[in-house]
Amino acid sequence: MTSTDTATESPDGVTTEITPLKEESEFVTTRTSSPRRRALDIVVRSVVPIVLALIVAALILLALGKNPLQFYGAVIENGLVGQNWQNSLVMMTPLLLLAIGLIVVFRGQLWNLGYDGQFLLGGVVVAGLAPQLIKATSPGIAYLVLTVAAIAVAAAWTFIPAWLKAFFGTNEIITTIVMSTIGVGLTNILIEYVFQNPAVRTPQTRAIDPGDMLPYIPGTQVPIGFIVALLVAIVFQFVLSRTSFGLRLDVFGSSAKTARHVGINSRTMTIVLFLISGGLIGLAASMDIFGQWGYMRTNWNPSYGNAIMPFVFLARLSPVGSIPFIAFYSVFATGGTIAAQESGVSVDFLQIVVALILVFMTVTEYVGTKRDLGQSYLPDELKDAIRKPLNAFTGRMAK
Amino acid sequence: MTDLLTPTFITAFIIACLSGAVPLMLASIGETVGEQSGVLNLGIEGVMLMGAYFGYVVALGTHSTWLGMLGGLVAGAATSLVLLVLNVWLGLNQIVLGIAITAAGGGITTVLYDQIYAKTSPRIPTDNWKIPGLSDIPVVGGSVFSQPAMFWVSLLITVIVAWFLVKTNWGLSIRAAGQKPSSLDAAGGSVMRTRSQAVLLGGILSGLGGAYLSVLATSSFTPFMTNGLGYIAIVVTMLSRGKILRVVIVSLLYGLTIAVGTVLQLTSLDVPTDLITMLPYIVVMIVLLIFGRDVNNSPVLGAPYTRGAR
Repeated sequence: MTSTDTATESPDGVTTEITPLKEESEFVTTRTSSPRRRALDIVVRSVVPIVLALIVAALILLALGKNPLQFYGAVIENGLVGQNWQNSLVMMTPLLLLAIGLIVVFRGQLWNLGYDGQFLLGGVVVAGLAPQLIKATSPGIAYLVLTVAAIAVAAAWTFIPAWLKAFFGTNEIITTIVMSTIGVGLTNILIEYVFQNPAVRTPQTRAIDPGDMLPYIPGTQVPIGFIVALLVAIVFQFVLSRTSFGLRLDVFGSSAKTARHVGINSRTMTIVLFLISGGLIGLAASMDIFGQWGYMRTNWNPSYGNAIMPFVFLARLSPVGSIPFIAFYSVFATGGTIAAQESGVSVDFLQIVVALILVFMTVTEYVGTKRDLGQSYLPDELKDAIRKPLNAFTGRMAK
Repeated sequence: MTDLLTPTFITAFIIACLSGAVPLMLASIGETVGEQSGVLNLGIEGVMLMGAYFGYVVALGTHSTWLGMLGGLVAGAATSLVLLVLNVWLGLNQIVLGIAITAAGGGITTVLYDQIYAKTSPRIPTDNWKIPGLSDIPVVGGSVFSQPAMFWVSLLITVIVAWFLVKTNWGLSIRAAGQKPSSLDAAGGSVMRTRSQAVLLGGILSGLGGAYLSVLATSSFTPFMTNGLGYIAIVVTMLSRGKILRVVIVSLLYGLTIAVGTVLQLTSLDVPTDLITMLPYIVVMIVLLIFGRDVNNSPVLGAPYTRGAR
């Protein structure tokens, strides 16, 4: 280890190696125009990346020899029209809970990228134990006990990365991803060797009786997990923006040094944030298994976390603000899965769209920030790199 | 167990070990160069998949594994251009871009493969170079000295990169850009240019690693075939702390766990396959817990450089 390493490392071991998304704070302080204009600006910046991504995706579809209008028509048809909006809301339940779980850690400038392992481990606890627990007791008790268990298991899975980060500054991006992969494998082993349904040969758990699944919201086919997700969003919006915990979290997120000066224990904060994040992801898993699937088989990995990544940023890490974005993606994914199958494109096409949104999001944010600050769109060094050869060239021409 | 220790078996074991290690080694060296210059390329998984797919396509089309490797190289470089332009030049968030590249790499290759090859899934004929004389040695001859010629090129690349990183001004610039970019800037170097070169080289090596995996190690392409190898490369880089020799050793250890996993599957022992896939990750986690606690990446790793910013 060189001396420069230690000099910039804060005494409590939290290194600030990750760039904060500082565009946000600059945006707030430099903007002088009316609140309405500001609100409009936020909406424009959030919608533009999605529109651009959809346009490019349409071009890709054209290149693959598919009709993009037909594809998008099928997306709307299967995601929204008739009774299909209910399917989208069912899908939205775990996505929204997961989004809030990510928002909490991202606000603290910590990266929990181990959502897949946490989600599946939480899910396997529910799917593996629910059928028998429901028989032994009652559905109500099973919902309660297993949801708590799923939350605990998923939260526990974040502990090692959180502890390494808090006490040794080990990069949590890497450790959460590694733990996630272990979690995915462990889930498969649990299904195959512990929770295997003896009645079937394929590796899968027993299924919850359709009658014992989470009850629907009256008048719909949407399980009440959806209401849980909305409530959690509202509660976390309040906690993050109106309580002292939320303020401390934001201080911690903007500067670990400042946080220490005002008496925030960054070690505790790091671990607490990870546990909350994991817990919410466990809740998402529980609601998803109880509400939608009822069982789990091996190698099932919906990868919800990767899919919603762009939308938590587009919502500027606001739980309630993320609702419309997650709703949009739920419709897009629900309809898009069917549309992809109908048109013969791999379902992984949706991943390309997500990636496009991410890229356009960062670019839009960049352009917007530069415009707000009245800065040039190109960094100095890049301009020099372009200008010097250009000047040399034009200079030679003049001679 | 004793009947397992035949020369044929040991030969197969060494082959499994090496073909598991080399793709990871190439990608990890690429990632090391990037991280030494201060750029954390989280999209390496996507870059490898692009390299693997396009290497496969070119090798199929041209019937040449060499051109296939070249195709992987170009695809890797092209994919890393996204990171180069958006992160190194414009300073956009590396982690978000890394996730985007991973998603895009997986999505693009799977969509294309499904569209074109899924029904036939053609294989590439193997193209091993039996070194005259040496390949006649029992055990080692059939394994180490009958590798694809690219194996030796990879080793050569490793040595060259290691030498350049440590012994040349270029290597010094790279490390300066990763430790204290402002000092490189003050000394008249260009952080942007240095990091651009590092990212491009990283993309090239990761693309080669991906192509090695599809064209040479498995002779075929399957969607998401890297299966987290890109993330392992990031971990290897983290554990090696910029020392190429350590990258090689850790990669070989990884190859060993892969080979052990294959052996365990061959025996009649009932070992879950998932345990075998988890094995390298568990090893990594244990290593991190025991040795990696004081892993301190460069303070500017992941931070875009803005001249004059504090």
